[in-house]
This record gives sequence, C-alpha cells and structure tokens, in this order.
Amino acid sequence: MSVQQISLSGRKIEVSNKEMTFLERIYLWTILKGLWTTLKHLFRRKVTIKYPEETRTMSPVYRGQHMLMRDDEGRERCTACGLCALSCPAEAITMKAAERKPEEKHLYREEKYAEIYEINMLRCIFCGLCEEACPKEAIYLTKSKKIVQANYEREDFIYGKDKLVMPLEMAIKNTQSNKVN
Amino acid sequence: MDSVFIIEKSAIIVAVFALTMLMAMYSTWAERKVAAFLQDRVGPNRAGWGGLLQPLADGAKLFTKEEFFPNTPNKFLFILGPFIAMSTALITSAVIPWGDKIHVFGKDVLLQATDIDVSVLYVFGVLSIGVYGIMIGAWASNNKYSLMSAVRASSQMISYEVAMGLAMISILMMSGSLSLKEITVMQANDGWNIFYQPLAFIIFLICSFAETNRTPFDLAECESELIGGYHTEYSSMKMGFYLFAEYANMFISSAILSVVFLGGYHFPGMDWVNANWGINIGAILGFLALFAKICFFIFFYMWVRWTIPRFRYDQLMHLGWKILIPLAVINIIITGIVMVLFK
Repeated sequence: MSVQQISLSGRKIEVSNKEMTFLERIYLWTILKGLWTTLKHLFRRKVTIKYPEETRTMSPVYRGQHMLMRDDEGRERCTACGLCALSCPAEAITMKAAERKPEEKHLYREEKYAEIYEINMLRCIFCGLCEEACPKEAIYLTKSKKIVQANYEREDFIYGKDKLVMPLEMAIKNTQSNKVN
Repeated sequence: MDSVFIIEKSAIIVAVFALTMLMAMYSTWAERKVAAFLQDRVGPNRAGWGGLLQPLADGAKLFTKEEFFPNTPNKFLFILGPFIAMSTALITSAVIPWGDKIHVFGKDVLLQATDIDVSVLYVFGVLSIGVYGIMIGAWASNNKYSLMSAVRASSQMISYEVAMGLAMISILMMSGSLSLKEITVMQANDGWNIFYQPLAFIIFLICSFAETNRTPFDLAECESELIGGYHTEYSSMKMGFYLFAEYANMFISSAILSVVFLGGYHFPGMDWVNANWGINIGAILGFLALFAKICFFIFFYMWVRWTIPRFRYDQLMHLGWKILIPLAVINIIITGIVMVLFK
C-alpha cells in the first residue's frame, strides 16, 4: 500500500475530473439522491439540547466558574497568599488578607484568610493557572460545574466570596461521602 | 343577480382568502421547522406547543417595528411595491377549484370563487404582474443591490415563464380547455396528468421554483451577494408583506401544480364515495385531498431548499433557455404526434 492511498480518517475520497455519465449530466437523478439524503435527516435524532430545561453534562476537566474550596471540616482553605493573583495572566483576581481571630478557627483553616476575594469574570480567560499556582488546593475551576452567567452590568461580573466559596451543603455532602469511603 | 349568489360567492372568497393567509402564515412556521429538522435541529418550540404561535409572534414583531423610509424620491412607488406583490399573490387563488359541488340549504354550491373559462391564462397573467411588485419596490428603494436583485428577478421570471407556458400548452392540448375546473374534471375521468405528461410536470415544477423565487433559483435575494435582495430597504409590515407574498405565492403555485398535474380535488375512489356517502362528504374529502397535495408541494419546496445549493446566474439562464424551452417544445411535438396517432 503506497502512502498516497492511506487514509487516517477512513473518509478519504478521491477527487477526479472524469466525464460525467449521462445520468449525472441530466442532473435529476443526482438531485433525487440528494433529496433522499436530506429526507433521512428529517427522521434522525435531534442533537439540540433544550438549554434551560436540559443542560449538557460537563466534562470532568471543563473549566467553568471558580470555586473556593472548603476542607473536610468545612473550613475555607484559602490563606490569601496571592499566588493565584500573581499567576493570573489576565490580572482578574484581587484579594485582601486578614488575620484569623481565635473564635474563627472553625471558619478558616489557616491563620490568615482572604477577607475579600474577587474575580473579574470579564477579565478571566479560564486558563486555570490560578488552580495550578495554588499551594493550598483552594481554588478550582472544575468543581462548580457552572458556566459564568450573562449579565447586564459590568459590576455584576465581579464575583465576590458570596458567589465563589463552596456552598456549605456541598461541603457537608463531600465530608459525608469521604467518611463512607 | 340575486343576493343569495353574492352571499355564496362572498363566503367562498372570504374562506379562500383566510385559507391563503393562514397557509402563508403557517408556511413560515413550517419552513423553519422543516429547515431545522433537515439539519438535525428542533426549530421554534417556545411560543405555544411546538412553536405553533411563532407566526403570531413574528407578525406582532413586524407590526411594531419602525416604519423606515430610505431617502428616495419615489415614496409612493415604495409603498406600492409590497402592495402589488401582496395583491397579486392573493388574487390568483380566485380560479382554483377547491372542491366539487356541495349541497347546502337546498342549493348546489361550487367550491370555487369563480370558474372563468380562461383561468389558466388568468393565472399566467397575474403571475406576470407579480414581478412588478418586486421591480417597483426595488426601483423605488434607491439602492443598487435592490435594483440588481429586481433585474435578476424579472429576467428570471420572464425566462422561466416561457418554458412554463410551453409546458402548460401540452396539458391544454390534452384537456382542450383553459378552465382549471375542466382540467380537473378531465383528470378525474382519464387519470392524472402527471402520468401522461411527466416531462411537462418536471418542467412546470422547475419553473414554478423559479417563479416563486425559491432555492435553487433564489438569485433575487441571495444574501451573500445582494444583502437582502429587493427588500433590503424595507422594514416593518411592508417587509412583512413581501415575505408574506412569497409564501402566499408558494401556496398558490403548489395549488396550481396540484390542480394541473395531480388531479386537483380528485382522489382514487371519488366516484364510489360520491355514490355511496353523498356528494357533500365527497366534496369535503376532495378538498382534503387537494389540501394534502398542496401541503406535500409546500414541503417539497422546503425540502429542495435544504438540498440543492443556489444556481449561478449563467447556469440559471442556460437551464431556462437552452434546456427547458427546447424540452417543452419537444414535449408539445410528442404530445401532438401521440394525440393524432391514438385518436
């Protein structure tokens, strides 16, 4: 088998300039064949996903809206080191660190935490470098399984901790499933 | 002329008018639905069940749009364009026989607005006027793309009308009458024309695609070359009238194709139904048969639209003048020879 005949996709079709046969030249027969092809599509399964009612299943590595993680005891993992902000090529992340008070031990894992943590979703390019940079495994783009929603105002795209931190119910569920395992 | 006659005819005219409008409306829905299904999509499904209220939503949208006038010296012609397009599309349906006689209130009522003995000529005449709607509107738009589109549309219509008329002549030779009613009756007695005149049917079908400006002959509105074609400058309901006229034309040409070639309201076993169940039920079934044929042709228009790409302009002219017209002439000669030999 020569190199010219190899078809990696298995769909290679040889192009030729050969004379058309009489059947092809009167064109009607080929039109009928085309009509048959389109008619078959009429009864084929529809690929449309009716969005608000149905949603696509997301790939496990799909990078969507960020999530600030909680650990098994429900404490925020983020320590506001700023590495994510530093690594961000789009400079979308800003944060303000604060020191943990003794009575806040059940809220934050480390002694320092992010008092304000904001991501500008208009700037973010969803590259996932913040996730790679994070030493505390505190930020993930793959966990929320959410797409950042459209909005009317630019200000509404600056997501604070209210939208980013993992919901408590989800943390509780994770902890329970971890215990079972 | 008695008042009963006027009432009877008015009722039929209103019914035909309503039917044409309804079909044109739902053709827009069907067009989108068929297009979607042929492309493995779902199509409009938000307004009403299966998107059935979509035409109403579209109509409301077009009504409430801004009435835009381009900077043109021909404001009157600009308004006249869609008016002509719409009226010619609607008045063609007057001569189509929608069914046989029905017997109501002790009176025989013919399901046809008027049975003039030159209905075929009437249809061709009105079809030819139809191009004026496009031509005048595009001329008055004061836009070069509109004008080019109108030039294409009119030359296309003139070229294909010749072949269409010649294909029709072979049918007229067989029927010996210009009345669509007579042609239907003849087909009911002798069998449908499509079996006797397949070549004329194909020529007529291709020409009706060209006459209604549908793909593959929609050069008058090819978006990639001429923006929107002749209705580029139109907005609001004037635009709506153009689009509506196109779909009404599609409905009417489907009706004419059904009447001339597929036996109109005739269906197999019509005589038996008339004899055993009464002529009223026969007429209603006949109307439904005609309606089904029309729906098939409308579907066929849409089906072809998503199968065959647009012709190039020179190919269009080549097909019209060098292939269809000689074929139609040959068909007339063959018809004549066969008629002489077998009669």
